[in-house]
Amino acid sequence: MLHALILPLFRLPLAGLAGITLESIAVPVGATAVLALVFGTGLALAAKFFQVPGNEKQAAVRDLLPGANCGACGYAGCDSYAEAVANGEAIPSLCTVGGQATTSALSALMGVEAVAAVPRTAWVMCNGKRTGPNAHTSPRARYVGLETCAAASLVFSGDGSCTFGCVGLGDCIRACPYDAIDLVDGIAVIRPEKCRECELCVAACPKKIIYMIPRDGAIHRVQCRNPSAALDTRKVCSVGCIGCGRCTKVCPSGAIRVEGALASINQSVCTHCGACFDVCPTRAITRAAEPPVIPPAMPS
Amino acid sequence: MRTMLIILFSAILVDNFVLSRFLGICPFLGVSKSLKTAMGMGFAVLFVLVLAAAITWPINRYLLEGFGIEFLRTLVFILVIAALVQLVETILKKMLPPLYKALGIYLPLITTNCAVLGLTILNIDNGYDFVQSLVNGAGVGLGFMLALFLFSGVRSRVDRADVPAFLKGLPITLVAASLVSLSFFGFKGLIERLFG
Repeated sequence: MLHALILPLFRLPLAGLAGITLESIAVPVGATAVLALVFGTGLALAAKFFQVPGNEKQAAVRDLLPGANCGACGYAGCDSYAEAVANGEAIPSLCTVGGQATTSALSALMGVEAVAAVPRTAWVMCNGKRTGPNAHTSPRARYVGLETCAAASLVFSGDGSCTFGCVGLGDCIRACPYDAIDLVDGIAVIRPEKCRECELCVAACPKKIIYMIPRDGAIHRVQCRNPSAALDTRKVCSVGCIGCGRCTKVCPSGAIRVEGALASINQSVCTHCGACFDVCPTRAITRAAEPPVIPPAMPS
Repeated sequence: MRTMLIILFSAILVDNFVLSRFLGICPFLGVSKSLKTAMGMGFAVLFVLVLAAAITWPINRYLLEGFGIEFLRTLVFILVIAALVQLVETILKKMLPPLYKALGIYLPLITTNCAVLGLTILNIDNGYDFVQSLVNGAGVGLGFMLALFLFSGVRSRVDRADVPAFLKGLPITLVAASLVSLSFFGFKGLIERLFG
């Protein structure tokens, strides 16, 4: 009775759609839904029937992982990484997809101290442009010889008036396998997006002014390694750190220290507030343009 | 019986899915680095292929054709394959943990192996009956294993060769794959000679 009432209803053409009836939609949808239901039930039963009594801790670790199965941790998938972590064979900070959130959750679960895995970049801690219309510093002599920073540094600490700054002959550029360093206005400038943290440039620089700093976020850095007294620094470079200490006074987190007449920022304490950047009289403190990148928390 | 043999041999040699039809290239290039994983992958794919052929044939015949909704074939077949791979994974985990571990991420990736979908759809397009579909599935699986087996050997030779810098890695792998594929064209006409 009901059947006889409902079926004709299905055959009614839908308004405005020639040739399309409710039946032509309901049958495919129904068939697919039934198939999906059958397969779903089958899989659920199979999972129950073939259940492997697993390590409880491993299951807990697995729940905290993002489940991307990308293999970036070096294991075949999230399951094998979870097993390695649960057995204490792997450290909890290898998951790059889950990032900091996953690392701290795993560390808490395993009862070990969280290890931060912050992406870094090399950075030349000298901003004293040697050439161009807006040069900050100038050569005090003309160097003629082997065109490498290492050779030039051996002759009276290089030809620049600042003996602590970038020599600008590109030893780091030749050392970089990723083409991440350019010579801009006579000094080396690193492009963080191309840096792969190999630290070959750090080793190649004879002035030891290339440092590894965090890559993402509004990173502030004292881009000067000249520890000379204020007057001496000022004489040789217009963007050198003069050690005035104004940054240490405004820094709310106590991340900046002045040694000699040179400030430096402790990147693990810095909160990117930018107070030091605003007060620095010589613009020795520079910052990366982009806002801080906070690692997204992945749902487990 | 003769038809079965023709289907089997043409699936393995003449119409080899990887080397002649260019289906399933992704695992072919991805898992052929070592012989051990290549064979593990080959067996897993063979298993899934035969099962997929066995399940999709009645579904196509009684459900899709029965209700006149053949246009859902691709969607429904993918659903079947995905469920099947999940089932294989669950069973392997319980029964053969070492193989499960060795296959790792490549096991769930069988879902997106187009050789499986290709087989199920070609079975229907060629008008095979149930048993012929199963035989074709086994043939395609064996052909896939053969291709992986041969190519893992080729790759181990390429790894030791002095390859020009601009060809290192994937480029020389693709060149080698095309040469292996070319060699399989030698089997054209084999069936006619054998069974003709």
